Amino acid sequence: MTTQTLEITPDIISKHGITPSEYGEIKNILGRAPNLTELGIFSVMWSEHCSYKNSKNALKLLPKDGKRMLVKAGEENAGVVDIGDGYVIAFKVESHNHPSAIEPFQGAATGVGGILRDIFTMGARPIVAMNSLRFGKLDPRFREDDTKNVIPADAGISTKRLFAGVVSGIAHYGNCFGVPTIGGEVYFDESYEGNPLVNAFALGLAKKEEIVKAKAEGLGNPVFYLGASTGRDGMGGASFASKDLTEESEKDRPAVQVGDPFMEKLLLEAVLELLKSGSVVGIQDMGAAGLTCSTCETASRGDVGIEIDVAKVPQREIGMAPYEIMLSESQERMLVIIQKGKEHIAKQIFKKWDLHAEEIGFVTGDGLMRVKENGVTVAEIPAKRLADDAPLYTREEREPAYYKKAQAFDVSSLGSAGDLNAVLLKLLDSPTIASKQWVYEQYDHMVRTNTTVLPGSDASVVRVKGTNKSLAISLDCNSTYCYLDPYEGGKIAVAESARNVVCSGARPLSISNCLNFGNPHNPEIFWQLKKCIEGIRDACLAFDTPVSGGNVSLYNQNPQGAVDPTPVIAMVGLLEGREPVTSFFKKEGDVIILLGTNRQELGGSEFLKTIFNVKSGKAPHLDLKEASDLIELMLKLSEKNFLKSAHDCAEGGLAVALAESCIIAKGKELGASVKVGAASLTQEALLFGESQSRIVISVDAAHLKEVENLIQSFAFKYEVIGKVAGCELKINELIQVPVPVLSHTWRNAITGRMSATHE
Amino acid sequence: MKFGVVVFPGSNCDHDCYHVLKHVLQKDTDFVWHKDRDISKYDCIVLPGGFSYGDYLRTGAIAQFSPVMENVYKHAERGKLVIGICNGFQILLEAGLLPGAMLRNRSLKFICKFVDLKVETTNTPFTRKAKKGEILNIPIAHGEGNYFADEETLFELKKNDQIVVKYTENPNGSLEDIAGICNFKRNVFGLMPHPERASEKELGSTDGLKIFQSIVESLN
Repeated sequence: MTTQTLEITPDIISKHGITPSEYGEIKNILGRAPNLTELGIFSVMWSEHCSYKNSKNALKLLPKDGKRMLVKAGEENAGVVDIGDGYVIAFKVESHNHPSAIEPFQGAATGVGGILRDIFTMGARPIVAMNSLRFGKLDPRFREDDTKNVIPADAGISTKRLFAGVVSGIAHYGNCFGVPTIGGEVYFDESYEGNPLVNAFALGLAKKEEIVKAKAEGLGNPVFYLGASTGRDGMGGASFASKDLTEESEKDRPAVQVGDPFMEKLLLEAVLELLKSGSVVGIQDMGAAGLTCSTCETASRGDVGIEIDVAKVPQREIGMAPYEIMLSESQERMLVIIQKGKEHIAKQIFKKWDLHAEEIGFVTGDGLMRVKENGVTVAEIPAKRLADDAPLYTREEREPAYYKKAQAFDVSSLGSAGDLNAVLLKLLDSPTIASKQWVYEQYDHMVRTNTTVLPGSDASVVRVKGTNKSLAISLDCNSTYCYLDPYEGGKIAVAESARNVVCSGARPLSISNCLNFGNPHNPEIFWQLKKCIEGIRDACLAFDTPVSGGNVSLYNQNPQGAVDPTPVIAMVGLLEGREPVTSFFKKEGDVIILLGTNRQELGGSEFLKTIFNVKSGKAPHLDLKEASDLIELMLKLSEKNFLKSAHDCAEGGLAVALAESCIIAKGKELGASVKVGAASLTQEALLFGESQSRIVISVDAAHLKEVENLIQSFAFKYEVIGKVAGCELKINELIQVPVPVLSHTWRNAITGRMSATHE
Repeated sequence: MKFGVVVFPGSNCDHDCYHVLKHVLQKDTDFVWHKDRDISKYDCIVLPGGFSYGDYLRTGAIAQFSPVMENVYKHAERGKLVIGICNGFQILLEAGLLPGAMLRNRSLKFICKFVDLKVETTNTPFTRKAKKGEILNIPIAHGEGNYFADEETLFELKKNDQIVVKYTENPNGSLEDIAGICNFKRNVFGLMPHPERASEKELGSTDGLKIFQSIVESLN
């Protein structure tokens, strides 16, 4: 029996993740029952991954308008932002979580490949890659066996395998492709055990007139298939990404694609050359849902139809059914609509780059996505209905039981943390806080010679050659805050990324977000999603940083439960006419100033997690007015060239921020002597509390008066707390640690764990 | 004086080398497509870094058969200058224009960071503007930079003063800390570190310029 004549049973429908009511809608659209190929096509296009059917209503809350926004979120593969002087940037962050959980190397590698294609299909050359990675705890957990012996459980070891695999997969793809991977964030928490998050970010640069649309137009224009041939890898990956991870997921390994960065590099060069040749009408990469998504979306955007013949699609395996060809997620493929009569120009460019290019179809006027096999129609679906009319759901939301409990948690009930020097060292040794050198040294972070602030500072910075502009980018999310209080957590994710960007002296412009949550059918999860989005909205409005695009990844669950809500924010900032500021102290004698207010806020802190193994309490409160004022103040300080260094207070609080300012620059470490007013705070809250909107800056002693005047003119709370001096970090009478000890602990935390072997 | 930067499929430091030669040093520079055969107009050929042909077989192993390489041999035979950086160095080894071979880094990981290099000889067109023993701060970015040669080759390299730059702290397991070597005639130079990434103040070091400026002076 062939796939065309196979009877569609309720079992087959449910295996495609299609609900009975969705099946009814499909029959309604087609005016008949679908065949298997058509059912497969609907199942991928109507998966959460492609249609956002569970999140779209909530996403509508996000602000998308701004004077610099040229292409708004959702209109194209990525949003486009004007940076002036005729230049634009296109950027986006996207998840590849499920594939990375099953096959970390290829899962992460193809995540990078996918986001790069999203960017260069728009006509922008990728100049930056970054990523946000989240894993379970790096330290092995221990359990008792039957004879009460303590033995290591598997968890830490499998986390190491995932971590090492993901990092080398990203390195493999980005390094070969030739895009600098300039940093990002790595976060460890038990909620990610077995369900790591791999969010890849890319940013491309183009001249304004070079941006192209993913749109099919012009009846009779030929449709070309470009790039790698189609195989059975990545079959139904979009549907796979739209369900929970289970023990059975290992069997989904064929749904993980295999990447070829060399092919992608050829595609990049060929596509950019092709776009310059003026022969292209529209172009879209084949990412999730492959050939299906690229044909119906380009057709839908252009209000036309497309007819293709799958027999003409280059295939790397024998006997592939139309169903498989349409659903394959083989990597490094593009769909290009060429202007009729200019085929020869396109073909010449394909040939130059030794790329496969086949004419597989043409643009029609009937609005249908028609798929043929050797001339016989195997699927015929109205393109617009398929691409745009997926059912939308507003899920039920409910405040989780843990929320009130966490709010009411009394941190003081935990008692003393013991020796504060030891606490500081323990925090610097926490993999979430520790140096990520082990990670970024595996990435080529300098290729293209634009990276002016190397990974390790608050934001990474690239220059834009031929202009006086630089771009500062930071990826952030404290998912513990988002768990404890999704609204505050959502605000803080935006505010922290903005602070990091402004620490380099750049003005925050716009964000892309990647919303990683659990199963939205659980009302408590949907509540988290909704609250986080509300927080992001309010912060974006306060900072005038609209959302240029992004991605939603739901169903991030393993058998133990959902991951903590993780709305990763990628903030892009613009710096003009000035050199970027870095995080580390520069010179003995420079004056250290703390901008902002220390509050009694230990809830959700890395301190509680690391020292007491407690994830509870009230997340820090973020005052949007205070956060916006801080941004404007920092921009003014940077404009006047007062900032020798600037470092955001984040995980680990003031003590960790000061320690990092001392040690980030390898070989140029400096000490600091600090006295800070404790007011009514406990010692722990003063040193390790994570109150928001605080930045540690250092300035030349000769500028102190002017700097103070400027800060006072903003009526912003500050305190001159000490000097860069000596070879120790001293804070009040509480902390006194030699700088080399701080540095060694912080630098070796991850390297040491990753080089330790386990039986 | 004319420079040609060869573009293999998979080259990715081609733009960076071009940028330094053309925009920083303001020298006449072209990209040379790997299928081009005529390179007679160039005084110095640059084989840039990257992953030529994806480096799926062995680094540089396929690029040596590119049409352009036939004339890179002839160009070198005539005594004209060739510099191979990173993947370019690997290609020169595979092509037999320089002796020895590359192994994977001792750590088996790709390494990208600034390293210190010691100039071992200034008797080359590529280092004449440096001082012997001078330390150059230049980044590396490679997975296979662990230089290896048999004893006989190493003996010859030393005897003929062909070891041009060494690492002060060996990052990759390279034999005798070798970071770059030249041929017997001293007109072909290969090195793993990327001088083009250390040729502008904004990038943290201008030590790499010494190498390009040496070439310019040699060609003057």
